[in-house]
Amino acid sequence: MLRRVFVSGVSWAYLAIVYAFIFLPVAVLVLFSFQDGRLPVPPFNGFSTQWYEAVFVDRKLMAALGNSMLVAICSSVVSCVLGFLAAYSLARYKLPGSALQRGLLIAPMTVSYLIIALGLLALLNALHMPLSLLTVGIGHVVINLPLCFAIIYASMGDHQINIERAARDLGANDFKVMALVTAPMLMPSILAAFFLSVTFSWDEFIIAFLLSRFDVTLPVEIWSMLRSGLNPKTNAIGSLVFLASVALLLILEFSLFGRTKKQ
Amino acid sequence: MTAPVSIENVSKTFGHFTALDRVSLDIRAGEFIVLLGPSGCGKTTLLSILGGFLSPSSGRVVIGDRDMTFVTPAKRPTTTMFQDYALFPHMRLVDNVGFGLRMRGLGKAERDEKALGFLDLVGLKASAGKRPHELSGGQRQRVALARALAVDLEVLLLDEPLGALDLKLRRQMQDELKAIQKRVGTTFVHVTHDQEEAMAIADRIVVMNQGRIEDFGPPSQIYMRPRSLFSASFMGEVNFVSGRVRTADASSAEVETSLGNLALPAANFTARAPKAGDAITLTIRPEHFRGADKSDGPMFTLGEARVAGSAFFGTHYRCHLQPCATDGDALVAHLPQSADVRDGEIVPLAVRAADVVALPAASGTL
Repeated sequence: MLRRVFVSGVSWAYLAIVYAFIFLPVAVLVLFSFQDGRLPVPPFNGFSTQWYEAVFVDRKLMAALGNSMLVAICSSVVSCVLGFLAAYSLARYKLPGSALQRGLLIAPMTVSYLIIALGLLALLNALHMPLSLLTVGIGHVVINLPLCFAIIYASMGDHQINIERAARDLGANDFKVMALVTAPMLMPSILAAFFLSVTFSWDEFIIAFLLSRFDVTLPVEIWSMLRSGLNPKTNAIGSLVFLASVALLLILEFSLFGRTKKQ
Repeated sequence: MTAPVSIENVSKTFGHFTALDRVSLDIRAGEFIVLLGPSGCGKTTLLSILGGFLSPSSGRVVIGDRDMTFVTPAKRPTTTMFQDYALFPHMRLVDNVGFGLRMRGLGKAERDEKALGFLDLVGLKASAGKRPHELSGGQRQRVALARALAVDLEVLLLDEPLGALDLKLRRQMQDELKAIQKRVGTTFVHVTHDQEEAMAIADRIVVMNQGRIEDFGPPSQIYMRPRSLFSASFMGEVNFVSGRVRTADASSAEVETSLGNLALPAANFTARAPKAGDAITLTIRPEHFRGADKSDGPMFTLGEARVAGSAFFGTHYRCHLQPCATDGDALVAHLPQSADVRDGEIVPLAVRAADVVALPAASGTL
């Protein structure tokens, strides 16, 4: 009996430590974003929302926020469309070297972001393409396409083949089969890929830093703020970024995983 | 709409495997045809060739009076009902049923109206707004049928549509399928491995085995006058007794077997006319054994047999009988409910000549 209480006590303590380890930095970040003072370090002087006000009146920061959203959404849409098309063709048609092609599509996942950014930088330079949000978006498509492809490909099963056949039998052409039957059937996994891709793009720094020039994304703007020293304002914007990610995850959890469970 | 179907000398090979071997079949417009056979006999391959999902290696498929051999499924006047129903999981029932009409460019109001009509036909009009996952297996089945019928089709192809249903529901759906087929008049081609299902719904049954058609005809003919040993044994229980033709003329033949001699009408030689000296196999259904005393036609006594085991099946006693004359295989006989059957008892065996079918022996060529 005593032993059981002890064992369960230890497990609970272990759980508490794990979560503390994961979330303490975030909690501290959020806490000191409300710091009434100039330094986001202990001691906590009192509660104030002045740094959030400062964030919202900071034109550059707000512009960076808008850029981040634009890049995240556009690059994720492109990644999902390309990932879906690749997954569809590899799952439904006999293609030459399909195992190799699958491998090639997923390979960028194993390459570090730094290498990808440097490679793209060299390529864009050779093409005389100026750095902009577009080039950042291209970089994010490169890193998110393998993810989208893998998620969508994994959800394409043989049981959908007959459903697509039925659609074709009823007179649908290939495009209509994809648009009206396959894509809606796979919508849970397509949306999962989309939201994951958005969160990855949203707080990606290295590629965004190396492939942008005048218009920058939020992580790059935060980084340049940090260069001028610690400031509760960076905590405030960090908290907002965190909040946005949590919101996306919650949307994902309740709208998609909840729905698939029901089915 | 409805159309006749003609399959001319169709073969299909997959690598070295021959799935269909020169199959020819003529189906009349508005017929309910069942392709019956064990798994791997080629029945589903034949259905896929009719539906356009496979192309034959050789031969021709004609539907109506148009050659359809290489026409895509979308352009054929056929619709397939799949074994797993293949409903669109993300669409409401009315949209599922209206999908084919949408592909044909009908406006929403018009196709919804038609779709509701077909849902009504299968008794699911009230559920039009539901999605497939809210339905039971039998209801999904009905939606699949409504969806297939909603498009202007001439031939409906059904790929073991009742396979996933429990027995009671399956019997009920068989009756419904048959009734709906009668109402719409479309040619139905239905694949199954269940011989009871085949007999329950078919106008004519096609018995298939190893890529060939073994037998083709109305259920009663397939059962009572099978044209091959396979067909006889696949359609219910049967006893095989080997024998030899002693003498034969145009109208009858004298046959000798280990159980005794019989004179059979020549018409009972369903596969080939009798010739003296032919090795044959007699097929006798278990219910055709009668007590020697009741005579409602020319009877042949086949000696006596000892009851080696029996079980009561409700409609009859199913008995294993060991003929006294030989120590060959035991026979299976269905004796009437009223019979008082005891193990070890000696019973007389008799059959009506008209009930015995003579087929070439298994080693002989068909």
